[in-house]
Amino acid sequence: MDDFASDTDSDYTSYWRDWFISSRGNEYFCEIDEDYLTDRFNLTGLNTEVQYYQYALDLVTDVFDMEVEDDMREQIEKSARHLYGLVHARYVVTTRGLAKMMEKFKQGVFGKCPRVICESQHLLPMGQHDVPNTSNVKLYCAKCEDIYNPKSSRHNSIDGAYFGSSFHNILFQVYPALMPQKTQRRYEPRIYGFRVHASAALMRWQEERREEMKDRLQARGIETGFEDEDEGEEDIESEEDEVDEEQDGIDDMFEGAVPAVQ
Amino acid sequence: MSSSSQAPESWISAFCSLVGHEYFAEVSEDFIEDDFNLTGLQSQVPMYKEALEMILDVEPEDASEEEEEEEEDEDEDEDEMQDGDALARGGYRRAADAAAAAAERRHLRMASDLSVIESSAEMLYGLIHQRFITSRPGIQQMAEKYELGHFGHCPRVFCHGAKVLPVGCSDIPGQETVKLFCPSCLDVYSPPNSRFQTVDGAFFGTTFGCLFFMTFPELDVGGQRPPQAQVDPSISASSPLSGSTAVGQSASLDKASRGSLSSSLTSQQPNLPPPPLDSKLPKQPDQINGVASKNLAPGLGPGNIYEPRIYGFRVSEIAKTGPRMKWLRSRPADINDLDECRIWAENQEAILHNATAAAAEAEMADSEMADDNEVPEGQIEDEDMDASSAVRSNGQHTEVAQRRKPNGRRHPQADSGAIVNGDTTRSAVRVGNGG
Ligand SMILES: [Zn+2]
Ligand SMILES: [Zn+2]
Repeated sequence: MDDFASDTDSDYTSYWRDWFISSRGNEYFCEIDEDYLTDRFNLTGLNTEVQYYQYALDLVTDVFDMEVEDDMREQIEKSARHLYGLVHARYVVTTRGLAKMMEKFKQGVFGKCPRVICESQHLLPMGQHDVPNTSNVKLYCAKCEDIYNPKSSRHNSIDGAYFGSSFHNILFQVYPALMPQKTQRRYEPRIYGFRVHASAALMRWQEERREEMKDRLQARGIETGFEDEDEGEEDIESEEDEVDEEQDGIDDMFEGAVPAVQ
Repeated sequence: MSSSSQAPESWISAFCSLVGHEYFAEVSEDFIEDDFNLTGLQSQVPMYKEALEMILDVEPEDASEEEEEEEEDEDEDEDEMQDGDALARGGYRRAADAAAAAAERRHLRMASDLSVIESSAEMLYGLIHQRFITSRPGIQQMAEKYELGHFGHCPRVFCHGAKVLPVGCSDIPGQETVKLFCPSCLDVYSPPNSRFQTVDGAFFGTTFGCLFFMTFPELDVGGQRPPQAQVDPSISASSPLSGSTAVGQSASLDKASRGSLSSSLTSQQPNLPPPPLDSKLPKQPDQINGVASKNLAPGLGPGNIYEPRIYGFRVSEIAKTGPRMKWLRSRPADINDLDECRIWAENQEAILHNATAAAAEAEMADSEMADDNEVPEGQIEDEDMDASSAVRSNGQHTEVAQRRKPNGRRHPQADSGAIVNGDTTRSAVRVGNGG
């Protein structure tokens, strides 16, 4: 962004959006179609949210050709980035926006879930709020259904409202095939191979909640979405439970697929 | 790396200061020199003796005790020392020649096997390290590193930057790389930086993580809740003021946007009343199952579970892509629900009571007793319905938990008391086994 601000006037012809999305730190953004940006309807209400709105819009759409001082230029530049972000939040829930983000998701552009059990499930950017300047972008994992902070500080400073609180959920509704299977496996804290009482009791309680949920879903004939769910659950469990005891729990930390209590 | 000519840095501190080795503690030489601590490692590490020497910076010129050890290990050493050995043998008793012989030997060692010994030394150090950090001085050293944040923070948003601890998911080397255990959500994560992907998890082991937090029960594991978290929609309940501000802003911003489809929905976002946590819950114990309640997974439970929303509305559990994993991040609002021993005892009472009631009923078919038994059944159905409706406040949940209390913990699906109690009995037995 600094490169651009410090550029000379002759560079105004470069495409601002190309520059923006290829800038380091802006990897999460997709390119908003020219058509979308130039349809005023899509920008409704943003004029009060963005300073120097018209200049910023001109800059984003590559029609800004005014001579301004550096300070002013910097201000407009900042506004342009903010405007792009706010439009982006609206664009990514359109059909074309979703398709673009889906491609990036498949490529793993947004990173992978840090949770070990999620086995590098690809993430999606999201905001906890739709109001700008409230919280920074987070990453959503559809396997554990939790949200994580981006690893890199350059992503940690992006406003979450540029993605919004709905986009990532809508994406899976539009592309349900991309929804990963859930897993009941989990990490079980152990000492010398033994489960620890406090955490084990909590996990048993959690697993009771899970079984209640599965019962509710099954009562309505809805798939639970868990892996290994439909084939002879009972048998698998008892077998693995025995194995568990035999192995002394040393290398079966992830064995927790089997609830201690059923 | 160990051959730093300028500074007299030990192999151990050099090893620990390598990039990617930030998680390691510096094992004390005392610990390594105690043979007891090395029991069984000899068979796990090739060129054990040389590796151990390297770790301890034992130079070959270190006289006679070394020589004795050397002789025991003759077989292993033969290859590398063919020439030097003879030389050394002749020179050992003569102090004047000793240094030269050692230098020669060292030279040979460097030329031939240095890389093998080096990697053996790293393996050996790692295995010793696994034991060291579960010893008193070792765990103390790790505590200092923990306090200083050397191991980083939990990436999970609702853990609010809780500090994590390096752990292994296996005690056998070569299986898994090092992971990070978060005491706030009781889960394990991959380190954020790829440089840790070459560090073997066995060098930290499966026991250390838990042992650490049991050793330092007073450590506050909760992380720091940033003020912005208060504005989060999913927990705005706890702060009605900031919550309403956010809604107000979003209304003004979004008013005209997108034909007001999304905005009108967003601003209708249900602004829940604060969950009446303290007022309605029974007294919360300071300790639960041997852990301070405030340190038992403080990053889980109501307010710390991601709630998927579309335009402000919660995605229902019964939607095809609805939430299925909330259990993983849940924790009872009333921590007493985890007191399995007490619940078991209460169930025993309930059995007695039921038996008495049944007997009485059989004898006189008293309507009073029948009423007694029906009320809990009705409540249980209530709970099921509550749970399946997508919009359910924490307050309701709390109530349910409380209402269930007098009857002990009953499985909603169970039809007869016998099954319920059988179930719970088994869990109590497991407590004994597992704990
Ligand atoms: Zn995940
Ligand atoms: Zn955590």
